[in-house]
Amino acid sequence: MTDFKFNEDNLQKINGILTKYPVKKPAVMPVLYLAQEQNGFISNDVIKEVADLLEMTPEEVLGVVTFYTMYHQKEMGKYHIQVCTNVSCMLRGGYDLYDKVKEKLGIDNMQVTEDKVFSLEEVECMGSCGTAPMIAVNEDYYENLTKEKVVEILDSLKNKN
Amino acid sequence: MEKIVLPDIKDIHQIEVYLQNGGFTAIKKALSQTPDDIIDQVKKSGLRGRGGAAFSAGLKWSFMPKTTDKPKYLCINGDESEPGSFKDRQIFEFNPHQLIEGILIASYAIGAKVTYIYIRGEYHKWIKLMQKALDDAYAKGFAGNRMKETFGTDFSCDIYIHKGAGAYICGEESSLMNSIEGKRGYPRVKPPFPAQFGLWGCPTTINNIETITNVPAIINKGWEWFSKIGEPRHPGTILYGLSGHVNNPGIYELPSGTLLTDLIYKYGGGVPGNKKILCVIPGGSSMPPLRGDKIEGVKMDAESLKTVGSAIGTGGVMVMDEDTDLVRVLARITKFYYHESCGQCTPCREGTGWMLKILNRIVRGEGSKSDIDLLISVANNIEGNTICALGEAAAWPVKYMVQRFRDYFEARVKDTVELPVANKVHSMRHTAIPVAEIKH
Repeated sequence: MTDFKFNEDNLQKINGILTKYPVKKPAVMPVLYLAQEQNGFISNDVIKEVADLLEMTPEEVLGVVTFYTMYHQKEMGKYHIQVCTNVSCMLRGGYDLYDKVKEKLGIDNMQVTEDKVFSLEEVECMGSCGTAPMIAVNEDYYENLTKEKVVEILDSLKNKN
Repeated sequence: MEKIVLPDIKDIHQIEVYLQNGGFTAIKKALSQTPDDIIDQVKKSGLRGRGGAAFSAGLKWSFMPKTTDKPKYLCINGDESEPGSFKDRQIFEFNPHQLIEGILIASYAIGAKVTYIYIRGEYHKWIKLMQKALDDAYAKGFAGNRMKETFGTDFSCDIYIHKGAGAYICGEESSLMNSIEGKRGYPRVKPPFPAQFGLWGCPTTINNIETITNVPAIINKGWEWFSKIGEPRHPGTILYGLSGHVNNPGIYELPSGTLLTDLIYKYGGGVPGNKKILCVIPGGSSMPPLRGDKIEGVKMDAESLKTVGSAIGTGGVMVMDEDTDLVRVLARITKFYYHESCGQCTPCREGTGWMLKILNRIVRGEGSKSDIDLLISVANNIEGNTICALGEAAAWPVKYMVQRFRDYFEARVKDTVELPVANKVHSMRHTAIPVAEIKH
């Protein structure tokens, strides 16, 4: 594996981010998002590069990465399926959706399909309690779902690929 | 009834429409007065925080030191991760400029030149909408350095969004500050309080999104007007979030003190299949649950809910019908707090896991009668023994659901402990207290 370097576009974005804070360290969260977007996941090389850039120790950056659930230390699928099973969703069939997605994709929590198209995560409350149950695909919310609708969503993503 | 936070004005999220409807007149009015006058008005209005603690917003502002050589900061808490809460996203989407105007007034009142809006990472869509609103406000000179020209005063404030990354605990104010500082989101020991030692050790105020969105209306229409809305001890409107077993779930902006039964039946359209209500959590998953047969006459505001042994929290009302498996619900709530415990304090880190194990055992039908008291005992040993309120947030639902639905839980457990089960959890059994010795 080669060393990770930010591309020009992201370096420019990082310069913009740094203007928002009086010191460099607070930029670690937004910069890690950019790294994850560019690299697909947070590798050890990413951590070293981010630490160098923001004058932090790699340990400090790793500490941030492991604290927050939205940074992934392994490659996830092209479509990261997040199913909420917290109470408001659970009361309206959240676990039915979760089981259906597991069955349909043949993977369990935090696993990736062999073709790397899908990955699955059981997530905590996403703030869709009034439109439950829900799933999120990467950054997009799909709300007021049924098992049938979830199958449709997964099928259309599969076809799109 | 007039709505304050989410008015029924089409396209009010667009800056032009917001301006046509009196937008950015409150900040202009505020800038013609002294910061102390503004704090005084907000204090007198009775505005209380909408993030859970219901603390007086004006009083909080008044804690900021008047003379300091350090910069001051305002943080706006849009981490919104409490299960059952989904109100802030409505503000980002439908009324972002009123939030921005509220931020400007609050910044002026406390003397902050920079404000961070902390928005949970999962809210990608709403972060983009809020950023668009901020860009528009900047372009029109309603934020940033150009404010000086627009309003002809020395005051200006920069507003930045800081995106979270999936940690419930960052909704706790000191954890939120650590997260902005680029650290693990560990809550800090208080004191010192944020007004003395906040972001980067500087005086800082943290307010909830909904709280701040109320401020422009208070300045424009006067504190007396605001203080007369709803329940006098907790005035204003509240964004109630209705979810679970109701026909029309969603956000309802209603005067504080609205009857819980009105919320569920009149606005929420009742329970599907006309089923009876078994349990209602009135303010997000960490608040003590109420029995369905005890919700008649319960008013939805901080003080009224206190008298029935619960709290307003974030106003997230979760309704559960008579067929709900409450043990599974409580196990799910506990799983959440177990997952979200930051791990600093032993009672919370270990206790949430113990409670989850016991509850899962009861879900599997392997629980014994002594497990019920063991749950309450563990909950009592978490409560009050942690740095932040996540301890209480984890302990309260367990303690109060078990106490208030004891008959329900007793029907789900056996009288005696089965030996294989006892062996499996023998390390926990050492902490078990015989039923007769527990006094509450």
